[in-house]
Amino acid sequence: MAIPISYSWRNLVERKTTTVMTALGIGLTVAVLLAAMAMAEGLRASLNASGHPLHVLVMRKGGTAELTSIVTRTAFQDMKLKPGVARTSSGEPMASLELVTVVILESPDRPAGININLRGLTRIGFEMRPDVRIIAGRMFEVGKRELVVGQGIESRYPEARLGGKLRFGRGEWRVVGVVDAGGGAANSEIFADLNQLSSDQNRDDALSSVLLRATDEASLHTLIADLENDRRLNATAMTEKSYYAAQTSSAQPIRFLGMSISLIMAIGSSFAAMNTMYAAVARRGAEIGTLRVLGFSRIGILTSFLVESLLLAGVGGVLGILLVLPLNGITTGFGNMTTFSETSFQFQVTPALMLAGMVFSLTMGAMGGLFPAGSAARKEILDALRGA
Amino acid sequence: MKYFSLILKNSLRNRRRSLLTIGSIAFSLCLLGLMIALYDFFYFGEPTAEQALRLVVRNRVSLANPLPLSYQQRIAETPGVKGVMIFQWFGGTYKDARDPSNMFARFAIEPAKLTTLFPDYRVSPAELETFQRERTACLVGRKLARRHGFEPGGRIVIVGDIFDMTLELTVRGFYDSIQDNENLFFHWDYLREGMRVGRMDMTSTFFVRAERAEDVPRIAHDVDEMFRNSTLQTKTESEQAFALSFLEFLGNVKLYILSICGAVTFTILLVSGNTMAMTVRERVREVGVLKTLGYTPGAILGILLGESVVISLIGGLAGLGMASAICSWIRTTPSIFADLSRFGVPLPVQALCLVVAALIGVASCSAPAWGAARRPIVEALRFND
Repeated sequence: MAIPISYSWRNLVERKTTTVMTALGIGLTVAVLLAAMAMAEGLRASLNASGHPLHVLVMRKGGTAELTSIVTRTAFQDMKLKPGVARTSSGEPMASLELVTVVILESPDRPAGININLRGLTRIGFEMRPDVRIIAGRMFEVGKRELVVGQGIESRYPEARLGGKLRFGRGEWRVVGVVDAGGGAANSEIFADLNQLSSDQNRDDALSSVLLRATDEASLHTLIADLENDRRLNATAMTEKSYYAAQTSSAQPIRFLGMSISLIMAIGSSFAAMNTMYAAVARRGAEIGTLRVLGFSRIGILTSFLVESLLLAGVGGVLGILLVLPLNGITTGFGNMTTFSETSFQFQVTPALMLAGMVFSLTMGAMGGLFPAGSAARKEILDALRGA
Repeated sequence: MKYFSLILKNSLRNRRRSLLTIGSIAFSLCLLGLMIALYDFFYFGEPTAEQALRLVVRNRVSLANPLPLSYQQRIAETPGVKGVMIFQWFGGTYKDARDPSNMFARFAIEPAKLTTLFPDYRVSPAELETFQRERTACLVGRKLARRHGFEPGGRIVIVGDIFDMTLELTVRGFYDSIQDNENLFFHWDYLREGMRVGRMDMTSTFFVRAERAEDVPRIAHDVDEMFRNSTLQTKTESEQAFALSFLEFLGNVKLYILSICGAVTFTILLVSGNTMAMTVRERVREVGVLKTLGYTPGAILGILLGESVVISLIGGLAGLGMASAICSWIRTTPSIFADLSRFGVPLPVQALCLVVAALIGVASCSAPAWGAARRPIVEALRFND
């Protein structure tokens, strides 16, 4: 017969202080891991939500970032007439010529300022991004120095609040609207009228990129091949999805650091758990002997102590998750090494991450509990009863 | 001090527990040491004498936005400036970009000005001369050369991305410097030939060398002021601040480091507090005996605190040892976001970590030890755990 779990649980409750202290140590370790992972996860989720599956992004040959790419208006005219480009209900090709540059915004967080993507586009550009919706104010007017900012920018940079004014290029630009892009990368961008912006920046015929919508899945790939092979265009084409997916590598360093730091902490915490469990075994010598006399097996004793250690670690895991949970949904920014600008996103403490946190803490518990449980099980009945 | 041998004997009594506690403290303090060292390295690191003389000028908007070459002459005329050199990041792909060690930095520079701007880069005169003469020559850092097995006369091909050209370079020399030894330098003239017309008169950065270190802040200010009303404004900062800006780009690094330090310190406090509480509980009866023998509560408190501090300090020393080992490993890895080739745990940081260890020893033990030392003899002797 197995020793009931409630026995292990009551033992933990009995020595409250020790349990809480050990569990909190494990909890902090889990929290460090989860905070780093929640950041990486948030960035990934934001980039994953970006891009339309039928969109093709065209940049200069060899280009890897819109910011450093150059596309001319002549090339754009050729691109939009390519076969396989979808059309709107009014028969207009779904092709958007865009200019991407950066502005520096300051925040209390980052007094030195950080690069924020500024995208110039025309009406068709917004029509192709139906998930970008105005949630406050209005759309900018064509031919005016007006801006519409992503939600992630509006909430974090005081200069970019609705009604605020930004100075760059040849004049002052007014923030007239806020958009929500449903978690996508457009939340970290600022939008302006293409022609106003390009003339302000002396880039009338040196735009950045072209966004095309393919009619269907099959024509998507022929369109990409067609654009790549057209020597006159001198362009690189890729799906918009893959452009954003490639940027998730920006989160690699934080993921790596989070993992190595929490691994070191985990070793320390399992030692602590081991200490606690050895003490428990030592104090309950007579009790272990009694259990054996009552007929519980060595395996039963081993399991019982292991379960106790796992419960202890489980409490730690729950504490760790509770510590990290308030981060969920907080908007933060991360330097994107591909775009040279900041991608803002929200910390995401997903159920999968919580599960990973629990597994991590239970592993610590198992590592810490195995040896003490083993030593408890090995005790001879008489020695144990004598309290040796 | 006369109780020292007693303290030592006591800490060896429950060897397993002491070892586990030491291990636990060691891992945590190793992490704490690394984090403090990193913070110190980034934010309080002293530049070398030569580094302190150099500034970097770039477009105020971002590194991806270039500056016109015409600025070079105007910057050179600023009082206190000894030399200005074009410094253009090339990017591109060497062999396979998926291997991070292939992502070393390559810069187009003006070879004739190399010794003026970087006198701290040691190159043999013969190698320097060949490098300066040959248009497709390149100069590589010693550490980089060793990692990739670059030999004199060897060829390095780099396929451009920002620039639509493929570099075919010949290794003509190696440099040694106390900072990074992981860059590749080649001729600006070679790069310029392959550039598009519109981009030919632009560069991403200029390196500036000041005559005197005291002038550096003024020069930075003067240069930015000079271009304040131009369409392309500049941002001028010391070489060190420039290097740090890459790190800052990743996010609020200061906050990350500090929160990890906080979490780690708190964890150690919990761990050692817990162990000391267990140790003291076990000894209550013994404390009663010691008191009967005439030990004062003060002496008993001292013995218990001493034991805790000894264990924490041993843990701290072991942790610092591990931290140093990790540092020497980090020094050999390719630098990606920051030049860590001089990273280590400096003495003041080591001292700080040991102080933290000792304080943790005291803090974790004082409550239980105080209770034990004050317990009346009869009660202590009767105490049954």
